[in-house]
Amino acid sequence: MTASGEAVASVVYFSSVSGNTARFVEKLGRPATRIPLYASEPPLEQHEPYVLIVPTYGGGDGKGAVPKQVIRFLNDEENRKHLRGVISTGNTNFGAGYGIAGDIIARKCHVPHLHRVEIFGTPDDVRVVNERLDALWRQ
Amino acid sequence: MDTQNTQASAFDDLAEGPLAEEASAAIEADRAEVGDALGAGKPQTAAQERQHRHNHLVQAINWNRIQDDKDLEVWNRLVNNFWLPEKVPLSNDVQSWGTLTPDEQKLTMRVFTGLTLLDTIQGTVGAVSLIPDAATPHEEAVLTNIAFMESVHAKSYSSIFSTLASTKEIDDAFRWSTENPYLQRKAEIIIDYYEGDDPLKRKVASTLLESFLFYSGFYLPMYWSSHAKLTNTADMIRLIIRDEAVHGYYIGYKFQKGYEKLSEQEQAEIKDYTYSLLYELYENESKYTADLYDAVGLTEDVKKFLHYNANKALMNLGFEPLFPSTVTDVNPAILSALSPNADENHDFFSGSGSSYVIGKAVATEDDDWDF
Repeated sequence: MTASGEAVASVVYFSSVSGNTARFVEKLGRPATRIPLYASEPPLEQHEPYVLIVPTYGGGDGKGAVPKQVIRFLNDEENRKHLRGVISTGNTNFGAGYGIAGDIIARKCHVPHLHRVEIFGTPDDVRVVNERLDALWRQ
Repeated sequence: MDTQNTQASAFDDLAEGPLAEEASAAIEADRAEVGDALGAGKPQTAAQERQHRHNHLVQAINWNRIQDDKDLEVWNRLVNNFWLPEKVPLSNDVQSWGTLTPDEQKLTMRVFTGLTLLDTIQGTVGAVSLIPDAATPHEEAVLTNIAFMESVHAKSYSSIFSTLASTKEIDDAFRWSTENPYLQRKAEIIIDYYEGDDPLKRKVASTLLESFLFYSGFYLPMYWSSHAKLTNTADMIRLIIRDEAVHGYYIGYKFQKGYEKLSEQEQAEIKDYTYSLLYELYENESKYTADLYDAVGLTEDVKKFLHYNANKALMNLGFEPLFPSTVTDVNPAILSALSPNADENHDFFSGSGSSYVIGKAVATEDDDWDF
């Protein structure tokens, strides 16, 4: 919540040890929770509306495009219920696979794929994503 | 000195040489020293040199004990992405090649010869020069995969040439590549760093090559593809572009692991070095681009693509993008040719029968989903 009592869009994200997605999320300056990297960690539970930010590492036909940790998180119906949209990170070099994890999640969960970001994003990406998150939360 | 004495001293040397225990201790000490120096931006140490000379003492690679998960993840990705030019039906482009003007054909030949030169360097010098700096045995293995794929890329341009051009045209293009000052200059700049003594600077040079220097060349097949020309060739180039992204990502990631270990002052130094090397390469690349593309009026369009990719190269190294969005607004047709799904309205030109085509990816489902 902001000082004026307005709800702020919160973010749930996944990022591997290379940390590009984490770096992008940091730049957004919003409350954000990271999906655990290792199965040994306690699973994340989300009870409020959020937007999911998810990387695609590229290659192949989309099989394996959504990180297993993210699938596990979304398999939880309570987590899925609060999902409002998805943003993908990746690289246009991956061709049709660019941000494909975002396409898969958007289709399966019936939420909009709000934006694609390359690597850890430019200042323009930060601005556009923040605008879209604010617009989504005003709806 | 008599014979007797010489023999005696040779024997003494042997007797005084390191016994098994001492040898192990010496190897351990070397390993510790190499471990500290690896990836930390330090010049090559004497221990590293010894380890290279005695590499028969290096341990057998154990893929069941992974120190860095990224090594296995990238290895798997590279193996899944493996391809060979022989499987791409380039001959379907023969008719399309005939619709290009002689100038356009010459430009295309030169662009691909320039790319061949870069892939040759990366396959035989670049990726190989990174192996002694590897922080894990698995990183070494990944680098051998990268080196081999660069040689596959270099060979794939020859497949295009032999399909589309005459022996004379091919020879002319290769002669041009040895004589073009800007092409030779960029090769020289990069090779200097590969042969230098700083592991992190080598990684910077390698990432800038993989993620920036190729793109003055990659522009053209994407341009042809957006005009429904040489579409099978473009399919093959997309495979190369995909590989380069993984290479740039991985080497950039390994760079960042080493960079983290540096002092603030050392970090500032290597960051300055990175931006100034990029400037040096960019200046040369602008001239190379003008030299190639002025005749067809595409230079300014190509330069936007260069800025865009320079930013991505910096990001692969963990540094902030340099060029503002006002000069990175790449022609949407080029971006669509590169990444068909990202633009929903894009009409993807077919005519290709490659089993490797990545333009038609569908969102295949994983078994792990349970809804």
